Amino acid sequence: MNLLIKGGRVVDPSQELDAKMDILVENGKISKIGKDLPAGGAKASRKAPAIQVLDAHNLLVLPGLVDMHTHLREPGYEYKETIETGSEAALAGGFTSIACMPNTDPINDNRSVTEFIIRQAVKCGLVNVYPVAAVSKGSEGKGLTEFGDLVEAGAVAFSDDGKPVMTGGLMRRALEYAGSFGVPIISHCEDATLSAGGLMNEGLTSTELGLPGIPSISEEVMVARDILIAGYTEAAVHIAHVSTAGSVDLIREAKKRGVRVTAETAPHYFCLSEEALTEFDTRLKMNPPLRSVGDVAAIKKGLWDGTLDAIATDHAPQSSIEKEVEFEYAANGIIGLETSLALSLRLVAEDVLTLPQLVEKMSLNPAKILRLNKGTLKPGADADITIVDPEKAWTVDVKKFRSKSRNSPFGGWQLKGKVIHTIVGGTVKYSNKE
Amino acid sequence: MKLARKDILGIRDLAVEEINLILDTAESFIEVSTREIKKVPTLRGVTVMNLFYEPSTRTRTSFEIAAKRLSADTINISTATSSVVKGETFIDTAKNLEAMNPDIIVLRHSAAGAPHMLSRVVRQSVINAGDGAHEHPTQALLDMMTIREKKKRIAGLKVSIVGDIAHSRVARSNIYGLTKMGAKVTVGGPSTMMPRFIDRLGVEVHHHVDDAIRDADIIMMLRIQTERQDMSVFPSLREYANLFGLNRKRVALAKEDVIIMHPGPMNRGVEISPDVADGPYSVILDQVTNGVAVRMALLYLLSGGN
Repeated sequence: MNLLIKGGRVVDPSQELDAKMDILVENGKISKIGKDLPAGGAKASRKAPAIQVLDAHNLLVLPGLVDMHTHLREPGYEYKETIETGSEAALAGGFTSIACMPNTDPINDNRSVTEFIIRQAVKCGLVNVYPVAAVSKGSEGKGLTEFGDLVEAGAVAFSDDGKPVMTGGLMRRALEYAGSFGVPIISHCEDATLSAGGLMNEGLTSTELGLPGIPSISEEVMVARDILIAGYTEAAVHIAHVSTAGSVDLIREAKKRGVRVTAETAPHYFCLSEEALTEFDTRLKMNPPLRSVGDVAAIKKGLWDGTLDAIATDHAPQSSIEKEVEFEYAANGIIGLETSLALSLRLVAEDVLTLPQLVEKMSLNPAKILRLNKGTLKPGADADITIVDPEKAWTVDVKKFRSKSRNSPFGGWQLKGKVIHTIVGGTVKYSNKE
Repeated sequence: MKLARKDILGIRDLAVEEINLILDTAESFIEVSTREIKKVPTLRGVTVMNLFYEPSTRTRTSFEIAAKRLSADTINISTATSSVVKGETFIDTAKNLEAMNPDIIVLRHSAAGAPHMLSRVVRQSVINAGDGAHEHPTQALLDMMTIREKKKRIAGLKVSIVGDIAHSRVARSNIYGLTKMGAKVTVGGPSTMMPRFIDRLGVEVHHHVDDAIRDADIIMMLRIQTERQDMSVFPSLREYANLFGLNRKRVALAKEDVIIMHPGPMNRGVEISPDVADGPYSVILDQVTNGVAVRMALLYLLSGGN
C-alpha cells in the first residue's frame, strides 16, 4: 500500500528542509515531497494501488531515527531482550534502524552470529538491524576477527563494546584493517587499570558514599590514545558513549586538526549526574558512569558545537536478576530506546540544539558514520519515517515499555514529545494508540 | 524524647539532637553492665537478628550482649551458616527473615548501601553495623560517647583521624558525626588513601602524620588493611609503619592530655606501636565498653523507648 503523509512539519537536515510538506511513499520508497500533494498521486486511476493517508498536521515528520548503539542480547541473553522485543522498543521510540553491539553469547565475532542476527531481524520484520561485530576474537583483545568475512555477512562496524581494546597495538591494527573495508571502529574508551573496581564516577558523591570511583581519566586517556592512533593511521574512529568534559575537549581539538574522529553520547549523560546515586539505586549504575554536573554541561556544549556528532541510546537491557541486588553486584546498563527521543527533545526546549540539529544527531549523522543509506527523506530513499507529536506530554511508565527489561531510571519522569507513527520501508509498523 | 525514625543507616542522616539523645540514653545504660545481675527486662519479647555478611567479632558480640542485657532474644546469622552460600539473593534472604517477624535487623555487609536496600524491602527496623566503606554509625556513636566521657564535650576539640580514609567506613561516619557536633576534624594519611574531594566534607587534610596530629585532643588511628599493598596503595607495611605509624615520639606532638582511639582490630607495630596502644592515653578498651551501651540505647530507642 502506498502512503501519503499530509500537512506535517518535515524536518530533514539531509536536504536542509524544515517546512510544512506532504510526503508520498510508493513501493517502500520516498517518491515525492512537496506542498499539497494529491491523495491519488499525479495520475489517479482505478488501477492505482490503494493509498493510506496519514494526517500529520501539528506533527513532526522526520527521517527515521537511527540508533548506532543498542544491545539486543540475542543470542544468549533472551531473558533480557530479544531481537524482536528490542525492535518493538525501537519502533515505540521512533527508531527505524538500530546497530546492535556484539557482546552476546556467543559473541558476534564470526559470520554465523552476524548472519543469525540479520536472519532473526528479517524474520520479525520490524526495524532495520545492523550488526556490529567484535574487533577481537571473543572480545578478548588479542587477535582480530575476520573483518572481511564479517563485512560481507553484513557487519557495519567493529567494536569490543563493554570491553575496551586495552592494547594500543591491537587498536592500531584494527583501525588500519577496518579502513580498507570502509567501516569504522567504535571504541569503548576505558583504561581498565584506572577504572578497576570502580562502581560510579570518582568525585564528591563517591567519597560520601564510600563507593570505589571510576575516574574521568580512565575514559580520557583512551580517547586521547585512539585519537592519536587514528590521526597517525589516517583511519576513522568513532568514540562511543562520551561522558566527560575532558573527552569532549580532546575530540574537539582532534577534529580541528582534521583527525577522522566522530563521537556519540547518550541521553543519560546530559540528563543525569552522579548526585542522583545517593540512594544506591542500581538503575543508575552504568558504564561509563553518570558524571559530574560540570561534565553534563560539557556534554551539552559538545552537542551544541558539533563536537559530538550523534546521540545513541546505549540501550542495555538487564533483568531484575542483575539489578535487584546490592549496588556493588548489580550489572551496568540502562535501557533507552523508548525514552531517548523525548529526553533529547529537552535539548531543543533548552536551546542547546535546534530541531534540525537534533534530527541530524539522531538520524543523519549516525547513518553517515555507519555508511548506511538512511537518515534522509530525499526522493528515492527508503521510506523510513518517524512522525512525532512534539507537544504531547507523557509520564514514563516502565511497565508499558515494549522492551523485555525495565531497567530505566526515568520511570515517573514527565516528558514532552511522543512518537505517533513509525514507518519502516513504507509500512506503518507502529502507531501510538493512546 | 523519642527517636522518630525506623532505621539507623548512617550518621549522615542524623540530626545533632538525635545524636545527643542516643548518647544520653547510652550513658544511662552504662550502669546496667556494672550490676551484679546484668539484665533488665526492657526489651522482653523483642527479637533482634544479627545478619552478618562479613566476619566480625567485636561488633556482633557487642550487639548480642546489648540485646541480651535488655532481655531481647537474639539470633545470629553469618554467611557461613545461612542460605547465602547457596546463592539466594540478598532480597530473598531478607524477605524470608522478615517473614519470621523479628523486630530489629542488624546488618553488616561488605557492599555499601546494602542496609539501605534492606530497609526498603523489610518493615522491621534496620541498624547498619557497617556497610562496605560507606558508614559504621554505631562505631562513630561509641567513639563520640567515649570522647564526651573523657573530654566532657565534643565541640571545639581537634580530632585527627589517621590511616586509610578512602576505604574506611569508620572514618566516614566519624567525619559526619564529629563535624556535626562541632569538632575540628583533620584527616591524615598517604595521598593514595585519601578519597577525592574529602576536604569538601569539612575536614583538614594532611599527608604527613606529624602535621595531622599536631595539637590534637583526640587521635583516632584506623586499621590498615594489608591486602591494599597489592593494589599499590602503599609499598610495604614497613614503610607505612615508618611514615604513618603512631609511636610515642609522635604522640608528643599532640596535646598533653590527648586520648588515643582505635576501632580495632589493631595491627600492633603497623599503624600503632604496642606501647601507645597500651599506654596511659589509650582509651581503646573504653570504646569497646561504651559500644555495648550505645547499642543498647539504639535497640531501646528503635523499639519505641524514650
